[in-house]
Amino acid sequence: MADYIAKTPCDGLLPQTIGSLTLTETAVDRMTSFMPWKGREKTASKALKAACGVAFPGPNETSASGDVQAIWTGRGQCFILGVELPDGLSAEGALTDQSDAWAVMSLRGDAAVDVLARLCPVDLRDAAFKPGDTVRTEMQHMMVSVTRMDDGFQIMVMRSFAKTAVHDLTETMKAIAARA
Amino acid sequence: MRIKCPLCGERDRREFYYQGAAIALNRPAPDAGDEAWNDYIHNRENPAGRTKDLWHHEAGCSAWLVVERNTVTHEIYGVELAEDVKRGSKNAD
Amino acid sequence: MRINGKGLIDRSTPISFSFDGKKVQGFQGDTVASAALAEGRKIFGRSFKYHRPRGVMTTGSEEPNALVTLHSGAAQDPNMRATTQEIFEGLQVRGQNAWPSVDRDLMGVNDLLAPFFGAGFYYKTFMWPGALWEKLWEPMIRRAAGLGALSGEHDTSRNEKAYAFCDLLVIGAGPAGLMAALTAARAGADVILADEDARLGGRLLLEDEEIEGKPGHVWAADVTAELMGMDNVRVMTRTTVTGAFDQGTYGALERVAQHVAAPSNDTPRECFWRIVAKRAILAAGALERSVAFANNDRPGIMMAGAVRGYLNRWGVAAGQKVAVFGNNDNAWRTARDLKSAGVDVVAMIDSRKDATGEGDFPIITGGMVSDTRGRSGLREITVQSASGDQKFEVDCLGVSGGWNPSVHMMCHMNGRPAWDEATQSFLPVDNMVPGLKAVGSAAGKFSTQAVLEDAHAEAISALLDLGLTSADTVIPTAEDGAHNIEGLWEVPHISKGYKRAWLDFQNDVSTKDVRQAAKENFASVEHMKRYTTQGMAPDQGKNSNVNALAILADATGRDIPTTGTTTFRPPYVPVSLAALGAGARGKGFAPERFVTSHQATVDRNAPMIEAGLWYRPSYYPRPGEKTWRDSCDREVNMVRNAVGVTDVSTLGKIDIQGPDAGKFLDFVYINMFSTLKVGRVRYGLMLREDGHVMDDGTTARMGENHYVMTTTTAAAGQVMKHLEFVHQVHCTDMDVRMISTTEQWAQFAVAGPKSRELLNSILDEKIDNESWPFMACGEVSLSGVNGRLFRISFSGEHAYEIAVPSRYGDALFRDLVSRAETLGGGVYGMEALNVLRIEKGFITHAEIHGRVTAFDIGMGRMVSAKKDCIGKTASQRPGLNLDEREQLVGLKPLDGAQQLSSGAHLFTKGDALTADNSQGYVTSVGYSTSLECFLGMGFLVNGRARIGEQIQFIDRLRDIITTVEVVEPVVFDPEGGRARG
Repeated sequence: MADYIAKTPCDGLLPQTIGSLTLTETAVDRMTSFMPWKGREKTASKALKAACGVAFPGPNETSASGDVQAIWTGRGQCFILGVELPDGLSAEGALTDQSDAWAVMSLRGDAAVDVLARLCPVDLRDAAFKPGDTVRTEMQHMMVSVTRMDDGFQIMVMRSFAKTAVHDLTETMKAIAARA
Repeated sequence: MRIKCPLCGERDRREFYYQGAAIALNRPAPDAGDEAWNDYIHNRENPAGRTKDLWHHEAGCSAWLVVERNTVTHEIYGVELAEDVKRGSKNAD
Repeated sequence: MRINGKGLIDRSTPISFSFDGKKVQGFQGDTVASAALAEGRKIFGRSFKYHRPRGVMTTGSEEPNALVTLHSGAAQDPNMRATTQEIFEGLQVRGQNAWPSVDRDLMGVNDLLAPFFGAGFYYKTFMWPGALWEKLWEPMIRRAAGLGALSGEHDTSRNEKAYAFCDLLVIGAGPAGLMAALTAARAGADVILADEDARLGGRLLLEDEEIEGKPGHVWAADVTAELMGMDNVRVMTRTTVTGAFDQGTYGALERVAQHVAAPSNDTPRECFWRIVAKRAILAAGALERSVAFANNDRPGIMMAGAVRGYLNRWGVAAGQKVAVFGNNDNAWRTARDLKSAGVDVVAMIDSRKDATGEGDFPIITGGMVSDTRGRSGLREITVQSASGDQKFEVDCLGVSGGWNPSVHMMCHMNGRPAWDEATQSFLPVDNMVPGLKAVGSAAGKFSTQAVLEDAHAEAISALLDLGLTSADTVIPTAEDGAHNIEGLWEVPHISKGYKRAWLDFQNDVSTKDVRQAAKENFASVEHMKRYTTQGMAPDQGKNSNVNALAILADATGRDIPTTGTTTFRPPYVPVSLAALGAGARGKGFAPERFVTSHQATVDRNAPMIEAGLWYRPSYYPRPGEKTWRDSCDREVNMVRNAVGVTDVSTLGKIDIQGPDAGKFLDFVYINMFSTLKVGRVRYGLMLREDGHVMDDGTTARMGENHYVMTTTTAAAGQVMKHLEFVHQVHCTDMDVRMISTTEQWAQFAVAGPKSRELLNSILDEKIDNESWPFMACGEVSLSGVNGRLFRISFSGEHAYEIAVPSRYGDALFRDLVSRAETLGGGVYGMEALNVLRIEKGFITHAEIHGRVTAFDIGMGRMVSAKKDCIGKTASQRPGLNLDEREQLVGLKPLDGAQQLSSGAHLFTKGDALTADNSQGYVTSVGYSTSLECFLGMGFLVNGRARIGEQIQFIDRLRDIITTVEVVEPVVFDPEGGRARG
């Protein structure tokens, strides 16, 4: 019997600190996509709340309860992090395991917003993008999910793009640090 | 160019994939005949002015959109979810 | 010459730099132009075509003459404007378009040949003989004419792009921009104020005038300080807004490091901004224009506003004996400012007979400068007036033909400005660019008071649009003089001999050229422009288009409004490709996608090939193997005789769930999937609506309402988009949900007679042919890790694909490979995979390249008669089902050692080898170790009926001409017994 060792998507790439900016990986234990069945959006949200304490988030929103976070990720779709969902929930919507599919990173520091302003074509100003807000957008041709946290940004890219994403983020962090 | 996605709000054109005329919404019945199928698959207007086309919010919410815009002034008159347009046309029938 | 007590430079901070190797001493706050002018430099460049010596004309980015090259080697930066380039210690500046230097340019001989080089010269002269154009004339002309050059070395500088968003974008920070930004900012709007200068103030820095009882530049500094202190304001200096685009998007170029002596390697040189603004105000001011008179291009002849600008901002007198020539009141300021600074004003010449200006200097009204002398610097001017010709010795002449509002940005979306008789200029009209309003001088307001009032009013109007109310911002009091002007475009040419009056200084277009164009009936502005190249230089006619238009109007007997105007296109200033393409160099060009086995593969020295964005191994060399073929052949044999392992994670995987999942798949595939049993896999083919093949792959039914579709690596994105489209548009009533799981699973093919033996060494529960027959699928466990197992084969062998969550991909891959090696097998790459599938006649996108139908690849009968599907109706069109269509066949050389190549064409034996005789083409080839010869796949007219025929195989590129036999696409194990065994 072999003992298979798990590797995170950014294994060997992170953490990195450049100037006052830091980029770290958030290891994901459990992440599940949830897509309510046709016409069951409301009951699905209730069932989700009953199962793990978070409602189905609206477009560009997240909902959280303790360590559980639900991130809106597209039309009729959200990702739920930090909890194993009961199989019974599949009566309300399609569940798909995404625990290994995405690299999840956190960008922190005063100039974090300036880094993302160079990579993503979206409005991330404080008033337009508050803690808990999320967007699906692109980052240098990569599909990306960006969520504002209280102290920075959570950035998710598909696992195979991890190296490019870390490269693009750290190169931009260097340029921002050099300007300061 | 910026497109106001009904779900995500106004976004940069980089997030979208352009498909072509919104004719693609109106798929004829299998037995509708050659003319209907030719018009559906191949024949396209090239208007100087108002046009409706399909865009996919590929890097955003994955919704297919019908964008009504002006090819001369580039004004965008409106954006709807293709799904809603189809449901609407079904209800109208 | 510096004038004591004048200027906004910091005289306590001297800075030295070099110009063509000569040391120049300037001060903090100087530009290359101001510092060099202060030391008496006259010649800054050579003209484009005739290599005439040219000096500085302006103080801004519109400068046509003083283009210089900065730095050398990889960092060499040509065509930079000396008028905007800030100096720093050690800066190297070189003149350009001259040899050996701008001061002594041997190419100046061109000017003597000028009578032959008029408008249309190139079109007329180099027409014949045609063959010489590319070989001789064009290279010759390119060498002689031109601007600065790049070094040819790889540019390693970093550039940047960025996005910004605001309520109000204010373009330009002169009095209008500052007033507008202040009004909007105090009302709480989110404001971006962008100006191309390092310091805000615009014209206020260049003029000697007061606002609210204090010097204009002090007022500007006070407003700047207030704006900088506000959280809702972003001040962007050294940033030129370059274009207005759709839906309130603006392009802007920020010069980040070009004024810094030793920027770090990480500092971007430039940043190209895309600014999205709900409203925008264009406060770009106005540009002064020249007047055409003989030899009006000599070094020392400048715009009148620039002459006083150098005095007021940089404390530089551009000459010691200066004359001013104008047709408007504004020009008189130059004479007055110079006089009060103690400079000798030789004459104030006003073309208007009734001009009423005053000043303590000689005044000539109704007079015009008609000619000048001084080849390497102005020495003398001739003034014609009612009292006859007078000559004056001068070394500088300030000229003002009036001011052109900077309406460029207003024209970027097809808008055309309108001629205004009172100001003798083109003014913006309403709604040229949605959401953008011109204010101040850009809108034809010429007194500072009128500019401030206009900017304030338009800012309030923008605030209303934004739903904000303005706070109390009081309009300060300022200069409010009248703007009197009388149109003057060309001084009547009375002197004899060949003399030219210049319009476009940057492209060497003279009034003669424009008149010549009119004479040859290039009478429309657009034709004249292209025939003469007027306005087509890097300054895009900023200094000359209106003048040229007026001359054309005169030459064609029309007035200016009927003659029209040319339009302006982005960018407002030249933008380097490096800035526009920032981030896209090298690896930045496209993202890279790596599978979980990437490191293990790199460790085994496998060369990589790119498959879309993915990197996949070509082959895995072993010691002693000399060529890729050695490795490939070994890997093929390994799979056929033992067991091979390869990473297939790049194939698209889509999770499809819901009560209607089967029905949905029936509609997107040509064959049935609703009838597939749970725990089984089926091959499926997908068409486009036009009846041609889109993609193929296997789809597994994991549960009653749960399918897992696989796509090819190349078409994964396209298929996902397509499925979303079909669902959202054609199947809105179906209850089905789909999401990509490509990245969730690391999936490996395990192929060969020993594949089950290998798997059984790692599976927690062993499998056999009964529990896991061909085309079975299901969930498995490996050392407690949950995985999925599919018994499918792309090699024709007894084979599986095993998938585990990606976090275990690296570990499982290494384990599978080492276990395979102990069984006499090992890892294989794409080359071997390709040979294995060609032997079996399996298609890839080399075959389903977008122009083939299911009929063409022999799968026409797979189109189910029981249901409709995407592409079905079109696939039944007679034209897509004709025998004479090119059909998929296998190809085998008669001579076993003969190499085949894809891309070759096929010909019937005996036919002439001409393109119209082509009977088909070859899509894939590979060397079959099993059959010990090359094999090919291709498309051949009526191919299925021609099995056994010998045909000609022609590849002109690789010089392969041979004979092949047409065979069935499946060459190896046609009964398929190996896969089922």
